[in-house]
Amino acid sequence: MINKIMTADEAVAGVKDGMTIMVGGFLATGSPEVLMDALVRKGVKHLTVIANDGGLDVGQPAGEFAGKTSRGVGKLLDNHMVDHLIASHIGVNPKINEQIAEGTLKYTLVPQGTLAEKIRAAAYGLGGVLTPTGVGTPMETELDELGRKKKVVEIEGKKYLFELPLFADYSFIRPSLADKFGNFMCAKATKNFNYVMAGASKHTIIAPEKIVEVGEVDPDIFQVAGVLVDCIVEGEKRWQI
Amino acid sequence: MADLKTRIAKRCAKEFQDGDFVNLGIGLPTQVADYIPDDIMVTFHSENGFAGIDAVATENPDVDIINSGGTYVTTVPRVKYFDTAESFGLVRGGHVKATVLGAMEVAENGDLANWIIPGKKVAGMGGAMDLCAGCPEVIIVMLHTQKGTPKIKKRCSLPLTAEKCVSKIITEMGVMEVREDGIWVTELHPDYTKEDIQAATECELHFDPNMKAMEEE
Repeated sequence: MINKIMTADEAVAGVKDGMTIMVGGFLATGSPEVLMDALVRKGVKHLTVIANDGGLDVGQPAGEFAGKTSRGVGKLLDNHMVDHLIASHIGVNPKINEQIAEGTLKYTLVPQGTLAEKIRAAAYGLGGVLTPTGVGTPMETELDELGRKKKVVEIEGKKYLFELPLFADYSFIRPSLADKFGNFMCAKATKNFNYVMAGASKHTIIAPEKIVEVGEVDPDIFQVAGVLVDCIVEGEKRWQI
Repeated sequence: MADLKTRIAKRCAKEFQDGDFVNLGIGLPTQVADYIPDDIMVTFHSENGFAGIDAVATENPDVDIINSGGTYVTTVPRVKYFDTAESFGLVRGGHVKATVLGAMEVAENGDLANWIIPGKKVAGMGGAMDLCAGCPEVIIVMLHTQKGTPKIKKRCSLPLTAEKCVSKIITEMGVMEVREDGIWVTELHPDYTKEDIQAATECELHFDPNMKAMEEE
């Protein structure tokens, strides 16, 4: 019988220098910290990272709930493991603009809704999506993340950008609850990119906050199919303020 | 004199009707929520993942609930959580009636620039391009000028967030609608004359025959 449970180090063992990875989370809420820690231990370099943003730096967010460590993709940036960040927002974690200025980090901006649809297209077998977002802006004229020119398609008098699917080698995802087959759900605002990223990569690894036996909870609670999941890693904690 | 930004937020709050579903940007737009009348139910969209923001969480926040600015918030009982794909599906599908945003520049044809200044530190558009392309109403709340330099212009000089998207502009000087033939002032604040608001605007303004005074609370 297939056993998907493994340690974080085992789960990231196949990640090689220069690979493309997707990381769930929005400003680190919903990011799989144990998997980021394992990537840092492995010391893999020259990654292309697809995520909403660059996570959080130490001391963010500002105010009384600031973190004592960096979070999410921020851990990879701390260790200079990222060569190319494909994201919708790069203004929060100051490490991003520092590394852009140093010339060690390249970035591609993608509107948030478009980013989700490009990833969803990869996961669910679409040749791309047509979106009105970005028409008449630099999104129409700038090259995409792989240096391709974008097509503009006019349908019944309205212009759309033709956005291509976005694939990766690994997806790193943080469910709130999963069973041991990998069926999972993400609570509240931790869903963000975690649902569309499952299945958009060759390998999908989840680090659930809670893992239950198959059949232990009503399966109707789960939102993403375990058939998309290759590895399940234990040890992800609830974020402690 | 009432605080100018409060004046703008209070006036913007009058734009909404019972049952509306609205997205508020970070900063001045967020203040609009404070002035929605108690007898009206408006649901606020948080594009990172739910419909139904209540307020900033001040103690023991639920760490699974942030707003799009990364601040811990509370939610109303009718809240619905969703992932990014569904969130922006609601936006592009025109189901979020209005987005309220600030602006660097607005052009007389409704073009909006509010996400990047070439040569300056890059932040990214986040969800702004989707919101401006998808919401039926894009309402701009801002001070009328940038320290005296007009922000309402013939054409935007900065890269656009979306073209021909702005429907209404609310500033301390008045309320303006973007129509096919240009920008029409529908309300003028009593502190200013037609000449004052025109002098603070680069493009030619039209004054609606039914123009009213922009009321203070």
